[in-house]
Amino acid sequence: MTDDASRSTVIRADATTSAPTVATRTSRLRRAGRNGPRTSWLVPTLYIIFLMLPIYWLVNMSFKTNVEITSSFTLWPRTFTLRNYAVIFTDPSWYNGYINSIIYVVLNTVISVAVALPAAYAFSRYRFLGDKHLFFWLLTNRMAPPAVFVLPFFQLYSAFGLIDTHIAVALAHCLFNVPLAVWILEGFMSGVPKEIDETAYIDGYSFPRFFVRIFVPLIASGIGVAAFFCFMFSWVELLIARTLTTTDAKPISAIMTRTVSASGLDWGVLAAAGVLTIIPGALVIYFVRNYIAKGFALGRV
Amino acid sequence: MDRTWNNKAWFLVLPVLLLVAFSAIIPLMTVVNYSVQDTFGNNVFFWVGVEWFEELLHSPRFWQALLRNLIFSAIILAIQIPLGVFIALNMPRRGWGVSVCLVLMALPLLIPWNVVGTIWQVFGRVDIGLLGYTLARLGINYNYVQDPLAAWVTVIVMDIWHWTSLVVLLCYAGLVSIPDAYFQAAKIDGASRWSVFRYIQLPKMNRVLLIAVLLRFMDSFMIYTEPFVVTGGGPGNETTFLSIDLVKMAIGQFDVGPAAAMSLVYFLIVLLVCWVFYTVMTNYGEESGR
Repeated sequence: MTDDASRSTVIRADATTSAPTVATRTSRLRRAGRNGPRTSWLVPTLYIIFLMLPIYWLVNMSFKTNVEITSSFTLWPRTFTLRNYAVIFTDPSWYNGYINSIIYVVLNTVISVAVALPAAYAFSRYRFLGDKHLFFWLLTNRMAPPAVFVLPFFQLYSAFGLIDTHIAVALAHCLFNVPLAVWILEGFMSGVPKEIDETAYIDGYSFPRFFVRIFVPLIASGIGVAAFFCFMFSWVELLIARTLTTTDAKPISAIMTRTVSASGLDWGVLAAAGVLTIIPGALVIYFVRNYIAKGFALGRV
Repeated sequence: MDRTWNNKAWFLVLPVLLLVAFSAIIPLMTVVNYSVQDTFGNNVFFWVGVEWFEELLHSPRFWQALLRNLIFSAIILAIQIPLGVFIALNMPRRGWGVSVCLVLMALPLLIPWNVVGTIWQVFGRVDIGLLGYTLARLGINYNYVQDPLAAWVTVIVMDIWHWTSLVVLLCYAGLVSIPDAYFQAAKIDGASRWSVFRYIQLPKMNRVLLIAVLLRFMDSFMIYTEPFVVTGGGPGNETTFLSIDLVKMAIGQFDVGPAAAMSLVYFLIVLLVCWVFYTVMTNYGEESGR
């Protein structure tokens, strides 16, 4: 194993160091001056290996049979099988979990971004009574521990008869996603010069028309980033989603935990279900790679 | 940016206000309500005043959970922040390596938190996990189900695995925004690698580092899912952090009153840190002309 790892490290290293062409020679010189010795590729490479090992192990397990998982220790699947994935895609109690998750996550993303857009505009363009306090209060909701809200949420949504519906989870996740969306969008909107607004108003645009026709296209990338982060934080949250659902709207992550405790032995299916929950994030991450720091820092980088 | 005074902007904020009021203020008022009342069931409540708060502040269980959580957050910060800065300094600046690094490093951040728990639960198992098996082969007695130290190490390594990338990404964003002129000037002056870091890069990363520290503190302070999946708060109560304890009390034992009191104290601590965060952010914003 260690042999394998170091070999792939060496291959990577070669690729990294031989990549720059003649055209980038000056930048190479500058970079050498800035980064000191040429061993700097080693640190990120080792770190990425550390990050990938547990994920590799999960993927590896998802293609093994249960017999192979429990009885022998193998670094790659000897008897390659797709049975674990077949179980998930053929059993409604499994794949409905994915459908449930996606429904409430999408609902939540749409609601969050829709209400956050005008609010973020207000915060970035105007001063009004209590604006700073309001902005701070929104932040506290993003930072609030979900555990504090679990019990009251359960009772609130029971009172409205919303338990085990998708909209309940979507609304509950607004607790931290709306503030997040407001903060991210405010960050992007502050980058748009105010003169654009003023010119549009002089040209006779009404506010709604200006907002939809001119402003929204200008901050399209910001909306994309905000939507991505709402999607992501709703997707990774489990505690609230699990508490507010019983069967009909149960998210996939809750179904997973239930299976661990109940049968406890079907490791292959568990691993396959885990791999399938990683895929949505992995697919879109490429598009937001340059904004990801900004999103996590609530639009403040 | 100078903003005009306009109270009509309130109408634009109104939807957010209503929505978040529904999902934050009403639940929070319920908690306040419970924290001053007791019940013998049948939805009959009576006033007990601050009894639950007194009980909470005298309960060793709460202080232990708080202490454990603070120690956990301190260890997390002490490891993740320097490690994150170090990795960010060594990241490539140009070429295809940048995208590869960013995408791969961000991957753990996008995994559902309980799957993170599951990944490490499996990874650390002595019989079927790569880490546990390797350690056992090396003759190290490692069992996170029974050994408190192993449980702590597992939870901490898991958190490093999960969240260090956040620090890396933030620092990297701060580093790339430093104009090249600074480095050229440093080169002309013959500055050493260390002084470039100490006098150019570190001061320029100030702001992102503060964000990183505060975000990491808040998130590690309310950690629930990952340790819950891996250790379930055990062995014993060794890895029972505040959130785990709170959920155990509220949902598991349905001790509504004490749980509500604990929620409020918990929330106040968070509020305090949040205020620091906000003050820092807005002060920096004004300095940089935003």
